[in-house]
Amino acid sequence: MAMAANEIETLIREALPDAEVTITDLAGDGDHYAARIVSAAFAGKTRVQQHKLVYEALGGRMGGALHALQLTTAVPN
Amino acid sequence: MSDTHSRISDIVNSNDVVLFMKGTPLFPQCGFSSRAIAILDHLGVAYESVDVLQDPEVRQGIKSYSDWPTIPQLYVKGEFVGGSDIMMEMFEAGELQQLISEANVSRAS
Repeated sequence: MAMAANEIETLIREALPDAEVTITDLAGDGDHYAARIVSAAFAGKTRVQQHKLVYEALGGRMGGALHALQLTTAVPN
Repeated sequence: MSDTHSRISDIVNSNDVVLFMKGTPLFPQCGFSSRAIAILDHLGVAYESVDVLQDPEVRQGIKSYSDWPTIPQLYVKGEFVGGSDIMMEMFEAGELQQLISEANVSRAS
């Protein structure tokens, strides 16, 4: 099952309220997304830890309901 | 440690660079795996690949092994490095080149 972009964004914001979330539907099919997430919560964390925070926010959907999410994380400037 | 985890542990500890992927380097079965292979080939590093589609136990086990929900997964010297997005970010920042050179792994022949 695919997920809607706003559903992804809502889940991320619930876990990371300060996050700036930009989601792009790569293929226009509601199943292949790119997300860029900027949050102060990523400060001092490795890339793996940053991505894990996002995966946790998505509550186990990653690799299941959400197959293709290309993820970029960053700390605010 | 489960049998699958100890098998995975053997693989990542007996090869300097290992990519767990869907498909093979010549015929990747997923865009993310394809991107990971392209990065490794560009780095010119020798690597071992494991096709998880041929092994359902490893396909599931690798996710709990690293606590990471997706495939591909890159390991260097036994350590989990990341998936294809992290590989790309690290490559663009020059960090993957640095990691490979510090790990002193062999070049692709």
